[in-house]
Amino acid sequence: MKPAPFNYFAPASLEEALALKAQHGEEAKALAGGQSLIPAMNFRVAQPAILVDLNRIASLRDIRKNGALTIGAMTTQSTAEKNPLVAEHVPLLHEALPNIAHPQIRNRGTIGGSVAHADPAAELPVVCLALRTRMQAQSQSGERWIEAQEFFSGLFSTALAADELLTAVEFPLVEERTGYAFLEVARRHGDYAMAGLAAVLSLDENGLCRQARLVYLNVGDGPLEATQAAASLQGQKPSAKAFQDAGKIASQEDMQPFGNLHASPQYQQHLSAVLTQRALQLALNRITQKATHP
Amino acid sequence: MSQTHSIQVRINGTPYAHEVEPRLLLADYIRQVVGLSGTHIGCEHGVCGACTILLDGQAVRSCIMLAVQADGHELTTVEGLAQDEKSLHPIQEAFWEAHGLQCGFCTPGILMTLVPYLEENPNPTETEVRDAISGNLCRCTGYQHIVDAALLAAEKLQSKP
Ligand SMILES: Cc1cc2nc3c(=O)[nH]c(=O)nc-3n(C[C@H](O)[C@H](O)[C@H](O)COP(=O)(O)OP(=O)(O)OC[C@H]3O[C@@H](n4cnc5c(N)ncnc54)[C@H](O)[C@@H]3O)c2cc1C
Ligand code: FES
Ligand code: FES
Repeated sequence: MKPAPFNYFAPASLEEALALKAQHGEEAKALAGGQSLIPAMNFRVAQPAILVDLNRIASLRDIRKNGALTIGAMTTQSTAEKNPLVAEHVPLLHEALPNIAHPQIRNRGTIGGSVAHADPAAELPVVCLALRTRMQAQSQSGERWIEAQEFFSGLFSTALAADELLTAVEFPLVEERTGYAFLEVARRHGDYAMAGLAAVLSLDENGLCRQARLVYLNVGDGPLEATQAAASLQGQKPSAKAFQDAGKIASQEDMQPFGNLHASPQYQQHLSAVLTQRALQLALNRITQKATHP
Repeated sequence: MSQTHSIQVRINGTPYAHEVEPRLLLADYIRQVVGLSGTHIGCEHGVCGACTILLDGQAVRSCIMLAVQADGHELTTVEGLAQDEKSLHPIQEAFWEAHGLQCGFCTPGILMTLVPYLEENPNPTETEVRDAISGNLCRCTGYQHIVDAALLAAEKLQSKP
C-alpha cells in the first residue's frame, strides 16, 4: 500500500463536509478527482491525516446558467468538455479542457480540483484568470465569492481558508465583439505544456482593440498575466504587426520564466511570443467570423 | 490507525464485498484482494495507463483511485471483455490478428481505453486512434501494430450485427 494511513470520510452532504473541515482544518484534505492528490500520496509527498471525499455530494456537480455559467466544483473535466452550455457560452473553457491530460484522467479530474490545486502548469487557472471568473467558497460560517485575481496566490496556493471548500466556479458568458483562443505546446498531447496561453480580445464599435487579456501557463509560479503586452494593444487597430509586438512584450517584459525539464527559459519565451501572435489572430478571426455568420 | 470500511462492488458482473483500509488503491484491490491480475500496474501515478479499467462504463486509472471510492460502483476489467472462456472480444481478436502486442504488459490498459472509445467513435482515422491511445505507454511495439489493431477492431465492431 503506497499512501500513508489516513482516516476517510465520504459525506453525502455539503453541510457534513464543511463540518469536517471546521473541525479538522488543514489536517483534512478534500478529495475531488484525486488525479493530483492520489499520485502525490502514492509518492508520499502528501500525507494528509484525513480525507474528505466530495464525490457523494451531488449538489456540487450541477451546471447552471443564470446570467453567468456556474459550474459546480465536482463537475468532472470530461462532463464539462461535453456540455453544450459550456461550448456555447464559455468557448475558451471548452477549447482548453481537451488539453488537460488524457480522457481517462479527465473522467475523474474535476473543475474545482484543478482550480483549487493551482498548479502553474495547469490550463484551468489560466482560463479562469483570463475570463475573470469568480470562485464560490463555503465554510460553516457562510459563503463568499473570490475574484480569480485574488484567488490564485502563488505556487500551488489559493485564497481558500483552512475551513473552506471551493464549491463552484462562475464563468462570465461570451461577450459581444470578443474573440477567445487557447493555445499550448506540449511534447505529446496530454502532457503538461512547455508553454501556452489563453487570449481574450475585445473590439469597440470602430473595430479598434478595446481590451486584451493574455494569461500564460507554466512560465511563473501561477497563471501569469501579461499586462504590459495587453496595454500595448489598447486602442490599436488589430494587425499582424500589433500582435507580433504584443508577443514580444509579453515574452520579454511581462515574464521571467524559470524553464523546466523540457524547455529552457529562452525557449519558453520564444514559444510564448509565437503563441501570443497566433492566439490573438485566432481570436480576431473568430470575432469577424461571428460578425459575418451570426 | 485508519479504520477499515466495508465496500460492495460488481466486477465484470460478479458482486464482491470486502473490508478495506482506505489507503488501499483500487488497482491493488482488484489484483491482490479480488485476484484479477489482468489489470497491470506500471507507474502508480496515472501516467502509463497499464491499470486502466472501466468504472460505470468510463475508462479510468485504477492506480490513482481508492478502493473505498469504488463502493457501490460497477467495474469492468480486461477479464470481463470476452463473453466466455472460449471466445475473445472483437477488440481482442483484432489485437491477436494484427499483432497488436509483444510482451502484452500495456495491452489490458489499451483494450480498456479502446472499448469506450470505439463505442463513441466507431469509425476513427489513424490520427484519431493515435490520439486516443496517447495516454497508454507501450515499451515494445512502436505503436504501429497497436494502431493497426485498433483500426481493425473498429471494422470488426462495425460489421457485427
Ligand atoms: C498523468 C496525468 C497528467 C495530467 N496532466 C494534466 C495537464 O496537462 N493539465 C492539468 O491541468 N492537469 C493535469 N493533470 C492533473 C488533473 O487535471 C487533475 O484532475 C487536477 O489537477 C486536480 O483535479 P482533481 O479533481 O483530480 O483534484 P484532487 O487531486 O482530488 O485535488 C487536488 C487538490 O485540490 C484540493 N481540492 C480539490 N477539490 C477541492 C475543493 N472543492 N475545495 C477545496 N480544495 C479542493 C485537494 O485537497 C488537493 O489538494 C494530470 C494528472 C495526471 C495523473
Ligand atoms: S499504473 Fe496506473 S497509470 Fe501507470
Ligand atoms: S506490448 Fe510490451 S509494453 Fe506494450
